[in-house]
Amino acid sequence: MLVVKNLHASVGDKEILKGIDLTVRAGEVHAIMGPNGSGKSTLASVLSGSEKFTVTEGSAEFLGRDILSLPIEERARMGLFLGFQYPVEIPGVTMANFMKIAVNEHRKYRGEEPLTAGEFLRLMREKSAVVELDPKLTSRAVNEGFSGGEKKKNEIFQMAMLEPRLAILDETDSGLDIDALRIVATGVTRLHTEDNATVVITHYQRLLDYIVPDYVHVLYKGRIIHSGDKSLALKLEKEGYDWLINDYREE
Amino acid sequence: MANDSKNIIEELESGDYKYGFTSDIATETIGRGLNEDVVRLISEKKGEPEWMLERRLKAFRHWQTMKLPQWAHLDIPRIDFQDIIYYAAPKSAKKLSSMDQVDPELKRTFDKLGIPLEEQMALAGVAVDAVMDSVSVKTTFRETLAEKGIIFCSISEAIKEYPEMIKKYLGSVVPYADNFYAALNAAVFSDGSFCYIPKGVRCPMELSTYFRINAEGTGQFERTLIVADEGSYVSYLEGCTAPRRDENQLHAAVVEIVVENDAEVKYSTVQNWYPGDREGRGGIYNFVTKRGLCRDRARLSWTQVETGSAITWKYPSCVLLGDDSVGEFYSVAMTNNCQQADTGTKMIHLGRNTRSRIVSKGISAGRSQNAYRGLVKVAKGADGARNYSQCDSLLIGDKCGAHTFPVIDSRNPSAVLEHEATTSKISEDQLFYCNQRGLSTEQAVGLIVNGYARDVLSKLPMEFAVEAQKLLSISLEGSVG
Repeated sequence: MLVVKNLHASVGDKEILKGIDLTVRAGEVHAIMGPNGSGKSTLASVLSGSEKFTVTEGSAEFLGRDILSLPIEERARMGLFLGFQYPVEIPGVTMANFMKIAVNEHRKYRGEEPLTAGEFLRLMREKSAVVELDPKLTSRAVNEGFSGGEKKKNEIFQMAMLEPRLAILDETDSGLDIDALRIVATGVTRLHTEDNATVVITHYQRLLDYIVPDYVHVLYKGRIIHSGDKSLALKLEKEGYDWLINDYREE
Repeated sequence: MANDSKNIIEELESGDYKYGFTSDIATETIGRGLNEDVVRLISEKKGEPEWMLERRLKAFRHWQTMKLPQWAHLDIPRIDFQDIIYYAAPKSAKKLSSMDQVDPELKRTFDKLGIPLEEQMALAGVAVDAVMDSVSVKTTFRETLAEKGIIFCSISEAIKEYPEMIKKYLGSVVPYADNFYAALNAAVFSDGSFCYIPKGVRCPMELSTYFRINAEGTGQFERTLIVADEGSYVSYLEGCTAPRRDENQLHAAVVEIVVENDAEVKYSTVQNWYPGDREGRGGIYNFVTKRGLCRDRARLSWTQVETGSAITWKYPSCVLLGDDSVGEFYSVAMTNNCQQADTGTKMIHLGRNTRSRIVSKGISAGRSQNAYRGLVKVAKGADGARNYSQCDSLLIGDKCGAHTFPVIDSRNPSAVLEHEATTSKISEDQLFYCNQRGLSTEQAVGLIVNGYARDVLSKLPMEFAVEAQKLLSISLEGSVG
């Protein structure tokens, strides 16, 4: 589904990603961990097409297409979803209106008719239940005045609405209390199928109690320095990154 | 969730100025230029009584002594007032008794504008006094309104049929000597609307006038007078679209509103005169004087969405003469390409416990210049006056300008005046967020701008709000990327 090879990216003169290799197949869950500043969020941004970064080398294929030259919205319509670490506020634009345009753009891309108002409202009701999102929030402006927890729930709500093939969730667990974490993580798990894939970027093992990964990768200084199964996350939780980093330094 | 985003998207993709077509209707004009004979001729063509001609001549003589105002933040090309045609009337100006008698070409024009009269009559319950070039062609719902004693007709008719009211009210809020353009209008106004709501009557429908400039090189000098008698209520809509033109067109309208004790008037405008092309060629020069007078406990609310015109010079104002009267001004002014707008309001607090509220949202894109100019004046006797002003600017791109000139003049220590102002840009993060959800950048900008203007758009009547939202998106065409 996603094949990233030797991906390098910089902001200005500073190289942040220094050769990422990553393959994600349908039905898989990957977790990306690593110390602060290692390039986790950059990877998510580059894959979704953020213009803050310049890709200098390497390739990224999504569903068999080279996506690095595609505009952000086209990658999104193909089914690449980014759950933002810091969701953006859009004053005066209701969540419902925002989602209606987004959903219908995705449908148009797939050659489907736009949803009628009734169908759309039903879909919204159904999907907001997935993350126990207060339905009232959909008539409020996008993320405006939302609490930290509501913002993150709202990201997963949007994921549920858009049904992406690949969701990259950037620190979706940060800033969540225990209950909200459970709700958000359970929501993500419920959305998981054999046909889609999820990449979660996180600092904490506790998220992975709910979203059980098939693979865990450690990103450090712009490279994936170690990969393993879910037991790796438990080990990191207990021992930190030092042993890996030291190991890496010795290489 | 009223807005139909799909339509907005289609409109965005559709390209050029949507209303840029020309109707092929025979028009009758008089020669270019302005002198006393032309003023006499206009009055004669309209079959006006002697007293009206006298008023026009008085205004004309005064206008000759006046100078063009230069204080606005506008770069106005020299206007040759002797190179303008001051009167044009469709030839079918004789009275029509039913829709069947309306020129089919004219009907098609209205259809293109999206205001089929029949449908409006049947569905929306809107009475339309359609002004096509200067003469009122068709007034609907007159009988329904007449049952309630409401008068809604062209100003020319009113001069003949209700001379006492016209003598009493015309020029009572905007006197001919008020300013250069008001004087010009008082001398040569062609037509417009008159509306009278009797005591205690709540007008059962929104009254609406669609203006249209339609004859080559013809100035448009509309005159509107609305009188809401004690305890009455009316909501009045004014919408403008003009066909594409190469040469500049002058538009100098005057709107006067009298709001008697305990009455309420809502006046909503969507202004979409032809703004000129990308390089600033052509486009309407729009110099408008709008003012309302509020007596005790009266309430006047101006709501405007300004997207058109090459030059906009316009300050809908409230004179809060009566105690406990309320004035409101809600404005979205958008400029793109080479457009210039200098617009705002004046709130003149004269009575006690008068209140006013100003919400102004400026949007500048392209190489345009957008200025808010506001005056809040509190007179000595206006104990307990209150004003709240919010004045926001949104910039799109880095070649446009936004300016605010708020003036507060308070002579009464008990007055409470608040002013808030912000300037913002559409952030890269907002665009990225929208793009990542599958929206194109143009869609995203349209959406963000509509969200920004929402506080004002929500004050418009429903169908007008939808039209205004579309306009905002259309007008931003090509301003990003």
